Amino acid sequence: MSTPIDHAEASSGFIAAKDHLEFHDRRLWDLRCKRDRATAAIPEWESMRELASAIKAHTLSHLADYLEQFERAAQANGATVHWARDAAEHNQIVHEILAARGARTLVKSKSMLTDECEMRPFLEQRGISVIETDLGERIQQLDDEPPSHIVVPAVHKLRGDVAAVFARTLGTDPDDDDPHRLAEAQRRTTRPSFLSADAGMTGANFAVAQTGAIVVCTNEGNADLSVHLPRLYIASVGIEKLLPRTEHVALFVRMLSRSALGSPITQMTSHFRVPRPGTEMHIVLVDNGRSERLAMPAFWPSLKCIRCGACMNTCPVYRRSGGLSYGSTYSGPIGVIIDPAYDLRKYSALPFASTLNGSCTAVCPVKIDIHDQIFRWRQVIAQRQVLPFAKRQAMKMAGRLMASPRLFRAAVEAAGAGAEHLPRVMLYNRFNAWGRQREVPAAPAMTFRQWWLKNRAAARDEGQP
Amino acid sequence: MSTRDEILARVRRGQPAAVACPPLPGFAQGDRRQRAGFAAFAEALQRMGGRVAAPPADGSLASAIATLYPQARVVCSATAEVAGNRPLSAIRRPADLDDVDLGIVRAAFGVAETGSLLLTEDHLGVEALGFLAQHLLVLLDPAQVVPDVHDAYRDAAFEHARYVILMTGPSATADIEGVLIHGAQGVRSLTVLPWPQPGP
Repeated sequence: MSTPIDHAEASSGFIAAKDHLEFHDRRLWDLRCKRDRATAAIPEWESMRELASAIKAHTLSHLADYLEQFERAAQANGATVHWARDAAEHNQIVHEILAARGARTLVKSKSMLTDECEMRPFLEQRGISVIETDLGERIQQLDDEPPSHIVVPAVHKLRGDVAAVFARTLGTDPDDDDPHRLAEAQRRTTRPSFLSADAGMTGANFAVAQTGAIVVCTNEGNADLSVHLPRLYIASVGIEKLLPRTEHVALFVRMLSRSALGSPITQMTSHFRVPRPGTEMHIVLVDNGRSERLAMPAFWPSLKCIRCGACMNTCPVYRRSGGLSYGSTYSGPIGVIIDPAYDLRKYSALPFASTLNGSCTAVCPVKIDIHDQIFRWRQVIAQRQVLPFAKRQAMKMAGRLMASPRLFRAAVEAAGAGAEHLPRVMLYNRFNAWGRQREVPAAPAMTFRQWWLKNRAAARDEGQP
Repeated sequence: MSTRDEILARVRRGQPAAVACPPLPGFAQGDRRQRAGFAAFAEALQRMGGRVAAPPADGSLASAIATLYPQARVVCSATAEVAGNRPLSAIRRPADLDDVDLGIVRAAFGVAETGSLLLTEDHLGVEALGFLAQHLLVLLDPAQVVPDVHDAYRDAAFEHARYVILMTGPSATADIEGVLIHGAQGVRSLTVLPWPQPGP
């Protein structure tokens, strides 16, 4: 049985590294601000969100038909289509494709799906060398760590950390932490792999049912190098990535990078449809829990996600706890609503890693009701009794207080008076998560109710507004 | 039951109630289309790290290229308008392009909204040319600019070409502390030279 992830505990190391925490918070908030500027410049942005959400709803509500149409189109293009129930079957299929052709080296662009399937260790144990070619993902591979963000995988690292990783693994100067020279070192050391790899691999941002095309958005050009040099190309595609027609890609391409980084489009927006003469193209369509999620009335809208990361960048909890503390490929608000569907016990703490401020929902380009889903997961977790003991007891107590106006008022007044006089140990102890890393604010002189009775109740009784 | 049939059956069973597909309106209308010409394209491309060269005063492509890239030793051109010194016919496999300093291609059109260029395998000759070359020079007919990304996706290339790319400036990364670096894995620089398409 899976061990539950303790998000608060896992983030404590991240929070303790003050420089890292401050930079992480600032860098992601900067992405959020860039996103705001980019979207404000598009007068039709809000109608685009409505349309994108509706097109995804349409596609998901006809997904079986679109998958069949995609398969027919891809086969007509000369690609081979494979289907994988789960991560294990996906990894098996990819290994068989590679092994049958004697492929020993695989260059790949960033794919959250292959991270989700833990494909890299599976292939490496079978003698296939896998080279991540996205800079951030490569840093994480060399450091033997999963990505901490779905768009910027090494965002939790500072330049000094990257210099240390590269010095250890690529033999660069450990004292040279200039980002330009570090990026150049990766370019120089990755290029021979592109030139000689037996196979290339990408994920998919979108897959077009009408044409069988795989759409991949990158800034580094590494997906195109992974596809255009080797004689064998494999694309791993989650079944929710389908779009009906080419015209729909336009809408989503306009939204993806604006939401993710605040740029109008990624440097490379590539459409792979037909293999080059003399080469092979394989597409692996992966379910891995997606069809199950599709059947959950409260949670299927999370399948609309286009993995832009905007919800992560805006989330105060994510920015201050780091992606690795979520213990899953998908972190931040989107991870919080996807992960429990994979493993409720393992990820039962994640829906509580949220302030329910709704900012994630406000920036989501496909209008997923993220914070409502977070709340609904909390209900599921409470009903199934997978809440930790302390939280269960606290909730039971809170429930009793809030059900009775008299008890509630008495408690609020007593707490306000009490906080000032309680010894610190009563507030800042290990049982009170709220007392960690924060000070309880000073209580106002009177409660809202006391203020209302004094200032407004009389006026209301006299019939004034 | 095969995996395929099992997944399709599960998806069909679990699908939410049918939702209609909304039609896509044309967003760019009126003077927004008028303003979306080559100047707007050039501005958008420069914001994405691309460069725009001035057309040569003497009307000679060869001298323009020599001025722009005095250091380039190996030049590979995929357009008949320019002769490089590494003919595409000499390329047996894509990796043979490894030592190319300068790639030259002609784009189908530009996109004013984003500064993107549409290229297919026909424009690139060998697809990898657009990524292995250190620098890329793109000839673009200034009359061939569409207003927005929706217009771009109406092009028939998406149905007929093996491969289509909307390339918007050089390769780039900001994966280390958000520091923007041009020349990640693909070309280090991308320059557009406005140059009318020769008549048929």
